[in-house]
Amino acid sequence: MKTLVVTSPVPVSPTQSQATTRDAKRAATRATSEPRLLQWFLIALAVGTMGLILVVPLFVVFSEAFSKGLELYKASIVNAEAMSAIKLTLLVAFVAVPINTVFGVAAAWAITRFQFKGKGALITLIDLPFAVSPVISGLIFVLMFGRRGIFGPFLQAHDWKIIFALPGIILATLFVTFPFVARQLIAFMESQGAEEEEAAVTLGANGFQTFWRITLPNIKWALLTGIILCNARAMGEFGAVSVVSGHVRGQTNTIPLQVEILYNEYQYTASFAVASLLTFLGLITLGIKTALEWKTARQLKEGQT
Amino acid sequence: MKRSHRVLPGFGLSLGITLLYLSILVLIPLSLLFWNAGGGGWEHFKSAAFSPRALASYKITFGASFVAATINLFAGMLIAWVLVRYRFPGRSFMDALVDLPFALPTAVGGIALTTAYAPNGFIGRQFAPDGIIGRHFGPEGLKLAYTPIGIVIALTFISLPFVVRTVQPVLGGLDAQLEEAASSLGANRFQTFRRVIFPYIWPALLTGWTLGFARALGEYGSVVFIAGNQPLKTEIVPLLIITRLEEYDYPGATALAVVMLTASFSLLLAINTLSRWTNRRASA
Repeated sequence: MKTLVVTSPVPVSPTQSQATTRDAKRAATRATSEPRLLQWFLIALAVGTMGLILVVPLFVVFSEAFSKGLELYKASIVNAEAMSAIKLTLLVAFVAVPINTVFGVAAAWAITRFQFKGKGALITLIDLPFAVSPVISGLIFVLMFGRRGIFGPFLQAHDWKIIFALPGIILATLFVTFPFVARQLIAFMESQGAEEEEAAVTLGANGFQTFWRITLPNIKWALLTGIILCNARAMGEFGAVSVVSGHVRGQTNTIPLQVEILYNEYQYTASFAVASLLTFLGLITLGIKTALEWKTARQLKEGQT
Repeated sequence: MKRSHRVLPGFGLSLGITLLYLSILVLIPLSLLFWNAGGGGWEHFKSAAFSPRALASYKITFGASFVAATINLFAGMLIAWVLVRYRFPGRSFMDALVDLPFALPTAVGGIALTTAYAPNGFIGRQFAPDGIIGRHFGPEGLKLAYTPIGIVIALTFISLPFVVRTVQPVLGGLDAQLEEAASSLGANRFQTFRRVIFPYIWPALLTGWTLGFARALGEYGSVVFIAGNQPLKTEIVPLLIITRLEEYDYPGATALAVVMLTASFSLLLAINTLSRWTNRRASA
């Protein structure tokens, strides 16, 4: 049989072959990418858009907060009213975040480790608070426990207060923040699969051992991401809490509500000083979230290979 | 391959906790809301939910949300494209910053935007009668804060991440060979985008738009400061609900909430259908 050997009629010099591969590479780049100039134009446009939409508010918060100097900034935060708002916000987060963490772990375990009817509906139900207006999230609790709500007369007869008091604020916060941990874990545990846990159970571990030794170490970074996102929202929630809080100064004002009151009283510097606390919280949350996402992405990649 | 996961324990316990918690916190309160709305009778519901003031607030809420979501369709597409396709200094920082509207409390975003866009703010000043841009708008200039434009600005801020975050993974998953094939068949870059890339990502774009629109409909915190809150002109539905509540008009507040929830639930349904479609593309 004749073998077909392709030889070039003239010997190819090394520089020539380099030139052809370079040309080929350039042609491939041209086929799947844009000219350099257009790239830089689009990058500049995107950076400009983000600057206008996202960086402007960030810049305003800090420039306004420190506009009258560090002394006034400190005085705006270290006073009885602001301090009581900070304490209330910490307390609310301290109660709401652990409850929603337990719920999130339970929901993710049920949804990602078992097959059952109505799973899709359950996931939709968990996402529901993202679709419901914060104002309506507060409203539903007012309709139940408010003065003219369904349980209103009963609560008044026993002199119990839920709306315009701490329990109402916690309820509204629980409602708006429960999807965070569950969502994060469902996505992560779904992609990770149940093989390791099944192996542990087959080897004789009980449920608690399996969860503590296998599941928890595996999901810890995704869990932590969910927790810090839940916490950021719990501390920053405005609409829902605003409906149920009653804005009693020094008693039922959380940090975001304190920001609103100061702003409406034209105490702009004080308002932005308190707001800068929440902005720091938001920026730190973003930073941790980004770092944790890199970690979980790497973890998933390692698990697959 | 379908297989039973019942090897693992804890099904009853975890599902029980989930269902109990969701019933107490979501199902019962929400069904009571609908029950409450039906309690006053249809006539009462109609007069509360479709009063001229309510109709005006739907118009402004849906209209501003539509405009904001559409602005973000283009802005989000651009940002997602640049983040996925190009490498440049500060790219990962920019990627992280996209989520800022999720992390920054809405009230903080609201007061900051109002300060910037108010007639004496550093952006609003440019639109004043004697400002660089405002002088082209006649003797009144262009008022941004305390007008519907202000509402659109706030809603654009809070709904920016949605399109970026839905388009990013789909665009990243697009097989480069498709584009190479298009090019070798003679398509130029623009044709490749229009005929190959765009048909591939548009379900994701639509999902992002719908998510942003749904989020904007219910938004309260960032809007109340910048809106001006004049009945019939710049009053959004969530604010009208709060006004009704403060008047102890529970049926009135409930009627408005039912209208908004019906809209939200329909959108949620649309989003679920859309994202199933998007996911199929991302995994295909």
